[in-house]
Amino acid sequence: MSHRLRILSRIRKALDAPAMPSETARAEAVAERIAHPPQHWPLRSIQTADPEGAAQLTLIGRFKAQLARLGADVIEVGSVAEIPAALANYVAANVADDAAGLARIRMGSDAFLAALPWSSTSGLEIAAGMAEAADVIGVSRAIAGVAETGTLLLVSGAENPVTLGYLPETHIVVLETGAIVASYEEAMQSMLAATGGRMPRTVNLITGASRTGDIGGKIVMGAHGPRRVAVVLWSA
Amino acid sequence: MLYANQCHPVISMTEVYARRPRVGLFVTCLVDLMRPSVGFAAVRLLEAAGCEVVVPEEQTCCGQPAYNGGDNANARKIALQTMRAFDGLDYVVAPSGSCAAMLKVHYPRLLADDAQHASAARAFAERVHELCAFLIDVCGLEQVPGSFAGRVTYHDGCSGLRELKVREQPRRLLAAVPGLELCEMSDTDACCGFGGLFAVKFPAISNAMVTKKCANAASVKPDLLLSGEMGCLLNVAGKLSRQGADIQCRHIAEVLAGEMTAPAIAYSSDGERR
Amino acid sequence: MTARTQFDADIDTALADAPLQRALADVPAGFVAGRRRAREELLEFEPLRRVARDIRDHALAHLDLYLEAFESNATKAGSRVHWAASGDDACRIVLDICRAAGARTITKSKSMVSEEIELRERLQDAEFDVVETDLGEYLVQIRNEKPSHIIAPAIHMRAEDVADVFRRQHGHLAPDRKLDTPEEMIAEARGILRDKFLSADVGITGANFLVAESGSAIIVTNEGNADLTMSLPKVHVILTSIDKVVPTFSDAWPLLRLLARSATGQAFTAYTTIVTGPRRPDDPDGPEQCHIILLDNGRTELLASEMRPVLRCIRCGACMNHCPVYCSIGGHAYNSVYPGPIGAALSPALAGAEQAAHLAEASTFCGRCEQVCPVEIPLVSVMRQWRSLALEQPRSRRARVMLHTWARLAQHPRIYRWCAGIAARSLKWLAGSGARIRRLPFLHAWTDYRDLAAPQGGTFQQQWAQREHKRAQRDRADVSAARARKSDSVP
Repeated sequence: MSHRLRILSRIRKALDAPAMPSETARAEAVAERIAHPPQHWPLRSIQTADPEGAAQLTLIGRFKAQLARLGADVIEVGSVAEIPAALANYVAANVADDAAGLARIRMGSDAFLAALPWSSTSGLEIAAGMAEAADVIGVSRAIAGVAETGTLLLVSGAENPVTLGYLPETHIVVLETGAIVASYEEAMQSMLAATGGRMPRTVNLITGASRTGDIGGKIVMGAHGPRRVAVVLWSA
Repeated sequence: MLYANQCHPVISMTEVYARRPRVGLFVTCLVDLMRPSVGFAAVRLLEAAGCEVVVPEEQTCCGQPAYNGGDNANARKIALQTMRAFDGLDYVVAPSGSCAAMLKVHYPRLLADDAQHASAARAFAERVHELCAFLIDVCGLEQVPGSFAGRVTYHDGCSGLRELKVREQPRRLLAAVPGLELCEMSDTDACCGFGGLFAVKFPAISNAMVTKKCANAASVKPDLLLSGEMGCLLNVAGKLSRQGADIQCRHIAEVLAGEMTAPAIAYSSDGERR
Repeated sequence: MTARTQFDADIDTALADAPLQRALADVPAGFVAGRRRAREELLEFEPLRRVARDIRDHALAHLDLYLEAFESNATKAGSRVHWAASGDDACRIVLDICRAAGARTITKSKSMVSEEIELRERLQDAEFDVVETDLGEYLVQIRNEKPSHIIAPAIHMRAEDVADVFRRQHGHLAPDRKLDTPEEMIAEARGILRDKFLSADVGITGANFLVAESGSAIIVTNEGNADLTMSLPKVHVILTSIDKVVPTFSDAWPLLRLLARSATGQAFTAYTTIVTGPRRPDDPDGPEQCHIILLDNGRTELLASEMRPVLRCIRCGACMNHCPVYCSIGGHAYNSVYPGPIGAALSPALAGAEQAAHLAEASTFCGRCEQVCPVEIPLVSVMRQWRSLALEQPRSRRARVMLHTWARLAQHPRIYRWCAGIAARSLKWLAGSGARIRRLPFLHAWTDYRDLAAPQGGTFQQQWAQREHKRAQRDRADVSAARARKSDSVP
């Protein structure tokens, strides 16, 4: 007998009790659960009281507050056009320049990022594609932000290669304030709406920088991935 | 008016006013063997709360050593014997959270699959209370006979705290003792390391735990350490005695009842350690 | 040496290990305080525990069906699903995958299942270069130790120990290289591990949850090492066990909300990654193959037993952080992959009762573990059941005879009372004129560490009977006196 059959039959035997519902009833329960997942959400502590405009503001405030607690930087810009300059300023102030005086940033083929007026800013050199070992700064676009814990939701693909968020020491994530939602549940819905219902290879929920407490119990940033995470928040 | 602000459904209000509730005292092995004065203190408190106290002769141990040792068959037999011994009484009260939890929480579990006794065990459990919880929750006792001028720290026994949620009741009773100042130590909810046979099966770990407990107690500089659990008290008092620490240990019932003529645990009658 | 005598020896070693004791003393201020804060900030923490418990129970009650759904969806997404009945089977599957990939270097992120089946050792025996990438696990590897905690494997080490082992094991280190602060040591480890990430042929991770509805695995880390482990090599192996499956993402979020809060006190771990299959045609990065190994290794036996709730476990480690026994002796003394209360509940099922049932003895049943468990596993009841099974074994004969003798005594109230009276008098006699016994001729385990208070003498039952007797006499005397007065007054 294959291991698969052996394990499945052991499970069935283990679950077989006089009080157990019939096979059909169990199969129906499983089909029903997957077709209509239970809503364990919303939670009072995460929910915002006002469903309209004020709620969105509260969400943004909460999202920023959570990022601050995590030690992540927030760069707010008034318009899309300001993003390249804000990013360049942040890089100049926080990340050491290379010898040529140009900071090289790496990003994927994300159409939104590509359409930004990069030429208006000097001091940044843009490299395309997945991250390489020598990269210092990765720039990605997030699909959603979760106010609950200051979490960014990114998906894999050529637009925003996963490695951008893990190899460079600084990860800069661009996010529209309108994409900030209260919960993981809603962020997943945004994600599935963006991908046409298809699960990407990876969904990366990023909450602050890479960290470890494994040496002497002290939390230190930059265990393997980014030492620094910055979020560029823009509003439409 | 000392009792029956909130009356238990087992007896109706008319009955309460008609006669005093009859309370069976579950003495517990350690009180019976080591410190009878706690039993008399409990009786005094129950009488002060307006109860008539009976001590059924047919009671022995609650059965925890068998149950926690993995011997369910004997634990069941002892459970049935205890239930029979307290038959016909309005309440069963124990000056111990762990014995009360055995009667109240674990008897129904032990007998859950016993068609003949399952419902009797549940009904029995309804009548069982830990002493402090009974005095506050059932009797609504607001004044206590005892008084004590000094600093007191209180150790929560694990079973009472976590299985019966006895936490506020002893503190409310202590607040009613004239002169008493309660100083909470850190980690009052941490186990003292007694754990029945654990203390002799793993004496070194038990020692590490009771050493921490004694240090926590000492750091608030109490005159007296109280608990509702004789097992914990024997452990902590035994350790403090070995350390030569100047902290006396008593069961909370002794202070509440004003039954303080017996020397503190592991103390001689002249107030010395010898 | 039996497992139990080994345990006693390891306990003594642990209690005498001053650096270990200092490390353990930090647990209350770290993990315990962190959890308390996180719990206070999430208003629904307690209701969520019940939701989480129900989610896990539902998944376990339909485990076969969810595993089939998971397999079907994972296969559709391009993953290859393997089933392994035993640890040995799982190791063989991993070895085959690594050989087929022509692998030399293998990176691993932390996985308790891999510890359970000793995968690293098996791969090393087969001449693969295997590197643990979780920093704590890496330290444990280069010190040739075992993890001492399920989420903080190196919790027993001090910073000085780390500097020492780096100087011994990292041959390239210049003698004047500073390794004084955690930051400096982490920079050193980061450099070494970065090279391994970039050169690895196969990356092995565990999974925190498997999601049936999409065939996805959810993997959480704080360091991001699992992401580098799975993204850079051409083959990703997810080694996990059958109990990790949940029906849907809606069911995963409540569990994730509790996981980090219960574990470290963080609201969420830094990296929560949902993996669904290998690299897609347009992906620039990610593995070409994704293998998922579903291990049983004793779990179906637990599922069939009354101890099924143990399988709810989401491996947060809160039970050990809050366990006074774990915090006294640390993880190594348990000599078990899973230490602390969950170890006592789980290990006898995985490693065999002969090897681990004695761990259930090492508990005062204080119940703090149950109180903090995010999925409400009745850990005390489970430990009690292991004790019950152990008591039936032939090797427990002595304990059984003693327990039965006592229990028989307890079922004869008159004899029991009589014995209590004898015991009270004997102990009183042993104490002499004092109020404490400093050395008991029997039960010296007690008096080795603490005094035994002398009993007051005479049992409560005896004294109560005397009091009742006197009261009855008095009542009778009163009645006859009243009668006498009554008859006197009658002319």
